[in-house]
Amino acid sequence: MAEKTTILNLTEEEFVHPGNRACSGCGLSIVYRMGLKALGKNTILVVPPSCLTVLQGLYPVASTKLPCVNVTFASTGAAATGVRAAMKALGKEDVNVVAWAGDGGTSDIGIQALSGACERGEEIIYICYDNEAYMNTGVQRSGTTPQGVLTTTTPIKGKLQVKKDVPAIIAAHGIPYVATASAAFPLDLYDKVKKATTISGPKYIHVHTPCPPGWAFESRYTIKVGKLAVETGLFDLYEIENGTFRLTGPSQRLLGKERRPVTDYFATQGRFKSLSAEAVQKIQQQVDAKWAAYQS
Amino acid sequence: MHIIESGNVAAATGVMLSRAQVIAAYPITPQTPLTEKLSEFVESGQLGAQYIPVESEHSAMAVCIAASTAGTRAFTATSANGLLYMNEQLHWAVGARLPIVMCVANRGIGAPWTVWNDHQDSMAQRDVGWIQLYANDHQQIIDTVIKAFRLAQTVSIPVMVCYDGYLLSHTYMPFDRPEQSEVDRFLPAFAPKHFLDPQNPGNFNTVTLPDVRQGVDGVMEPGYIEIRHNLHQDLRAALESYEEIDRDFVKHFGRGGTPFVEEYRCDDARFVAVAIGSLSYQLRDVIDIMREDGIAIGVMGVQMYRPFPDQAIARALSGKECVVVLEKALSYGNQGPLYGDIKSALYRLADRPVLHNYILGLGGREIKTQQLLDALSESCSEPKAIEDTPRWIGLKLQE
Repeated sequence: MAEKTTILNLTEEEFVHPGNRACSGCGLSIVYRMGLKALGKNTILVVPPSCLTVLQGLYPVASTKLPCVNVTFASTGAAATGVRAAMKALGKEDVNVVAWAGDGGTSDIGIQALSGACERGEEIIYICYDNEAYMNTGVQRSGTTPQGVLTTTTPIKGKLQVKKDVPAIIAAHGIPYVATASAAFPLDLYDKVKKATTISGPKYIHVHTPCPPGWAFESRYTIKVGKLAVETGLFDLYEIENGTFRLTGPSQRLLGKERRPVTDYFATQGRFKSLSAEAVQKIQQQVDAKWAAYQS
Repeated sequence: MHIIESGNVAAATGVMLSRAQVIAAYPITPQTPLTEKLSEFVESGQLGAQYIPVESEHSAMAVCIAASTAGTRAFTATSANGLLYMNEQLHWAVGARLPIVMCVANRGIGAPWTVWNDHQDSMAQRDVGWIQLYANDHQQIIDTVIKAFRLAQTVSIPVMVCYDGYLLSHTYMPFDRPEQSEVDRFLPAFAPKHFLDPQNPGNFNTVTLPDVRQGVDGVMEPGYIEIRHNLHQDLRAALESYEEIDRDFVKHFGRGGTPFVEEYRCDDARFVAVAIGSLSYQLRDVIDIMREDGIAIGVMGVQMYRPFPDQAIARALSGKECVVVLEKALSYGNQGPLYGDIKSALYRLADRPVLHNYILGLGGREIKTQQLLDALSESCSEPKAIEDTPRWIGLKLQE
């Protein structure tokens, strides 16, 4: 990235009020706060049902200092399209139109509307905060829940299927900017969101977002858990800009280095406790193969 | 200016004259020529709107909801299963009090698949809270679309303009195309009080508690039930608003004057047939034949179905001997939806007419004038008692 934001030059302007309804240690709180700082005041948000709906507050109180329209679960990509169309009709083209949805709302029920918006080339930023299950409804499995994870609908054996690769699906639409980020690396996220505001066409940012109650870890470990996902090579930070893939920041620095074993990450969370030694070994092999491909 | 065009083009022309700003649509028969025409108007520059070719009807209404919340005049159109696929969004649009206008080219719904006309699609949406207007011919389609935009923004409630698929959507008729300048005088620009605005941020459609709640400024704000009560009250008040709007339309264009029901030879009638849409015009031929035979019968077309103009209907039907409700829709396991509503509207009359209910034309089954004549003749000859069990017209393969 051309210009890296640091803690010294990060804007002090806040768009999320403190004391909102998020759980303690909520990864989304970090992601939302940093994302809105990067987006700035001239932004309209589109939000489907998710933990963010709760964080935003109960009528008539709202925790966000930006205009926001809450929309139905499956409609986020289309609703963002509608806001953009209205901005065009009104000649207010400089507004950032930003859809902000969870992983279930993106990878499962919302993927059709998102795919449609990407195919049409809508001038929107879509941010998916991925806490890897339906957390707002009480930790049910989603398309982006990783294999082996215990949820309330995979309570004994853990999820049998692999995590849906949503950024790859969105990248396959040929949109100009796809990026991944993590709540544990907020400045990297900030710079990616900032960059998205400068690119024309659909932009998609997928943010790994640790969830203490859903993942079964103590709320003080949110950053630690998020960092381990990256440092073990399980969740990679990258950009696909006009079709060109490159690892960024913390993931880029792992190239050519020995990564921590995936067990270091799994051990921090109760949701992986049903994973067998064989399953862990298999996942380690998959991660190793993925990184071998990065380095070739 | 008089032109000869299809019903769908009449609707599209009404939307253009109403200066819709955002249009989203997904193709479904028999609505498609309407949205094709609108995309042509937009691409050719005749209409300065944003046209969004969405990937589903659910998304079509999502675009309209968001665009309307952002302060623009939004339009979509659909039929049958497309309308059903929107159902969640219809509730959302009205709960958010957005003045969206939608045309419904009425079509039967699957399974089994049918593309032909009946009214089950829009009738199945009667309780979502949208205003429902029905047009009987092409002139009424274009006029009703223009009136619908004004009504929607006057009462902040979305409006469905329904017309018969194929029978009206695909047939050609002459009609007057209103002058743009006159439409502009009739229909003011959409200027909402609240909209998505970075200069004045607000959070729309947030989670609302069962009880009232104090805001940060100390003012007590409504709970969910108060918000829904307001909607109901405003829907009832929309009856008067539409009456006024229709009166003003008559002043501007010299047409209209029957916002709720359109009566034909009803004044001295002992018997009245009631129907929705083009069927009410087809029935006029039957009425004329029966009148020649000395039977005092008239027909009433219902043009506004929600909010239900119960008082206008009770006035129109008071003192009649028998009212025959003919419907292209059914509340399965009960009776025709219009029949139930009319019965309820007449309940308080001291001198209640006998009521009969006929179901006909489902899935586009041809409605023959002879069949209508037979049915009405039968009902007029023995209007002894109310009959809640609907009779069916034109059923074949029956024992």
